Amino acid sequence: MIDFEPKAGPFAHTSNTSSRIMYTVVLTLLPAALMGIYQFGLASLQTILVCSVIAIVTEYLCLKLMGRAANACMDGSALLTGLLLAMSLPATVPMWLAGFGSAFAIIVGKQIYGGLGQNLFNPAMLARVMLLICFPVEMTNWAVPTPIDFSGNQVAVPQGWLQFDGVTAATPLSGLSHEPVSIVAQFLGLGGGSLGETSALLILLGGAVLLYRRIIHWAIPLSFVLGLCVPAAIASLIAPESFSSPLVQLFSGGAMLGAFYIATDLVTSPTSVRGQLIYGGACGALIWLIRSFGNYPEGVAFAVLIVNAASPLIDHYLRPSVFGSKSMARKS
Amino acid sequence: MLNLLSRPFRGGIHPESYKTLTNGSGIDRFFWPRNVFLSLQLRNGATLTPLVKAGDSVTRGQLIASGRNDMVAPLHAPVNGIVTGITPHFSSHPSKVKCDTIIIRANSDRRWGETHPQQNYLALSSEQIIERVREAGIVGLGGAGFPTVVKLQFARKGGAHTLVINGGECEPYLTCDDVAMQEYAPEIIAGVKLLMIASGTKKAIIGVEDNKPNALAQLTSAASEDDAIEVRAAPSIYPMGSERHLIKFLTGAEVPTGGHAGMVGVLVHNIATARAVYQATRFRRPLVSRVITVSGKGIGAPRNVEVPVGTPVNEVIEYCGGVKESTSRLLFGGPMMGQVISSPYIPIDKTVGGILALTDDEVKTREQTECIRCGQCVRACPMGLMPFQMAAYARLSDFSKTEELGVNHCLSCGACSYVCPASLPLVQYFQFAKGSINANRLKAQRSATARALNEERVQRLEREAAAKAAAKAAKAAARKARPARGKVKETEND
Repeated sequence: MIDFEPKAGPFAHTSNTSSRIMYTVVLTLLPAALMGIYQFGLASLQTILVCSVIAIVTEYLCLKLMGRAANACMDGSALLTGLLLAMSLPATVPMWLAGFGSAFAIIVGKQIYGGLGQNLFNPAMLARVMLLICFPVEMTNWAVPTPIDFSGNQVAVPQGWLQFDGVTAATPLSGLSHEPVSIVAQFLGLGGGSLGETSALLILLGGAVLLYRRIIHWAIPLSFVLGLCVPAAIASLIAPESFSSPLVQLFSGGAMLGAFYIATDLVTSPTSVRGQLIYGGACGALIWLIRSFGNYPEGVAFAVLIVNAASPLIDHYLRPSVFGSKSMARKS
Repeated sequence: MLNLLSRPFRGGIHPESYKTLTNGSGIDRFFWPRNVFLSLQLRNGATLTPLVKAGDSVTRGQLIASGRNDMVAPLHAPVNGIVTGITPHFSSHPSKVKCDTIIIRANSDRRWGETHPQQNYLALSSEQIIERVREAGIVGLGGAGFPTVVKLQFARKGGAHTLVINGGECEPYLTCDDVAMQEYAPEIIAGVKLLMIASGTKKAIIGVEDNKPNALAQLTSAASEDDAIEVRAAPSIYPMGSERHLIKFLTGAEVPTGGHAGMVGVLVHNIATARAVYQATRFRRPLVSRVITVSGKGIGAPRNVEVPVGTPVNEVIEYCGGVKESTSRLLFGGPMMGQVISSPYIPIDKTVGGILALTDDEVKTREQTECIRCGQCVRACPMGLMPFQMAAYARLSDFSKTEELGVNHCLSCGACSYVCPASLPLVQYFQFAKGSINANRLKAQRSATARALNEERVQRLEREAAAKAAAKAAKAAARKARPARGKVKETEND
């Protein structure tokens, strides 16, 4: 049937959709998530499943309550929020806590603002900060990696791998660990930490795919890493005994996940390249400040929330300059 | 990232081109219409006066309607035949508004009605060339349809130094300029020379997207004898054919925001316009036909075909193998900036460069979802605007905010809408905002005019009252001077 109804163009379109973007991000996160399961055992698999399922179910209920098309709960955005939350939690958190956090992320972090695309803060980070403030003990119970041993003829499954409450220890960031983990081990993800944050390598690979597919822009990861590493480098050169080196900063905690997956969250980050450079830089610098001088050992979630709040302002004041003039659009 | 650094301008996209459907088979010159419909009203509302009446027989190239001034290009009979009537018919405007139209039933004779003796056309003066362009009713064939004569005079007055010939043709599917460059390269170069003489420009640069290697080769060899004409390959990025972006790539100059090409000393004409100028100057042939691309997966036999102006869409489509059942849209022009054909009986006017029949598979219509602020539109916008924000404000009918964000600088190129993963109809929002802003401005202007008129009226009345009072006072004074006579009169009046 030919549609003769006039309409503005274009009458061509990419095959890209929001849903495809969301599921691509989820797919690129999976290697790091699998690494988490390999390291911390079945407990982490349980955490991931609980967070993802609760997020989708909560989204479905919210959409139903608001009288919107409920099939939108499968557009991948709720799944991504749940997965990101799970990956930023310690592997051994109680299930009720993971589920509560996930529901909080969807309701308070997203749907209260009006649903997809409207939220000011990254829902996963909002939930994580809420959990950290309300349940500090459970949230800082870092599991010791007890990976399956594939060497030798038999696959050796350690006791800790099958236990749902795992074995806990401190991360390098908390400053309590007496045996420093080597940077290579941290990069590969053999150190302790949150469920999906340990392997910088796998996150970097996932991030590279996102950059290649142009889902995220290089501006945020680059400025994020610089914002974190430059002050860290200066400080560790001046006082190496009280500040950790930039590489330790970068490969520990949630920094890598933050640089490629959390700060780059499409909804809550600025859209112009100039804005993104400032946003990423500020986020990285805030992380370093919080880690070095704050009360909490880890600052990614706090830093992301703070720059999230600034992102509408950044978008307002740092618009790209209009073709043919040096300044951004203004009413003539 | 390297790709980003080598870009000729910020933004732009690489839509699937589909040009291979039509770019290899040359121009089909055998089409001839049964009837032609020549609208007496232009898209901007200006009207023409018909010089023929029903029953007149007309010859190809005969002047049949003229405009009030140079802004309204005259119309010539595109075929030999008989005027069957001057009645309301669809114009090419998508609103399906009917306006007075000269309808000519064509006979099969394709000869020109009048032939002129030839002379050395390159020896003509600037004024003579401009006069012939005016007589021939040439308008910009790139799509805007601005009268060429006005542009030439403007460039002459403004002292333009560079002539840019737009062979960008960045719209997907369209290859009419491509094949014209391949087949008419010497005519195009001759037209460029004439345009240079007419406008007083010292050098000409022809910009052609590098996805047309044959056209580039033909033009380069045709232009090789003239040092003042340069042929350059431009990277294939949509919208390379936008005047501003082509000028920036070829000359490095940026047309100021809200300004026009003349402000950087550049005059831009389309490839097809250059050829029309050559035909008009050398043979004194008016613009009565043009090459258009008939393409899309919905067309039976896609091709480039030379079509007399005024041919209705259905005749052309029928000639090109008809449309398939899977067709979902008929368009004038390319898929990015093209316009919906709202009825198959709409005639082709001078500005139409293509007829597309697109299937759903190509249009990829999808349900609109929520904006996720991914910023793809911001990075795709060739004008440095933020489409998603403008659309958000347009959706709320907050037009002053939309204007502040620069909606008036929007080219409507559709790059933002093309990349939008949420399938938002961004251009539709902008058209709506631009229309409303324009309407509001008109309203404000009208009320300002009305207010000024009213004030003047009040002042005039006051002035008149004052004059009356003064006259009365003068009369009274006169009475006082001659009291006796005045008294008599007063009593008489009583």
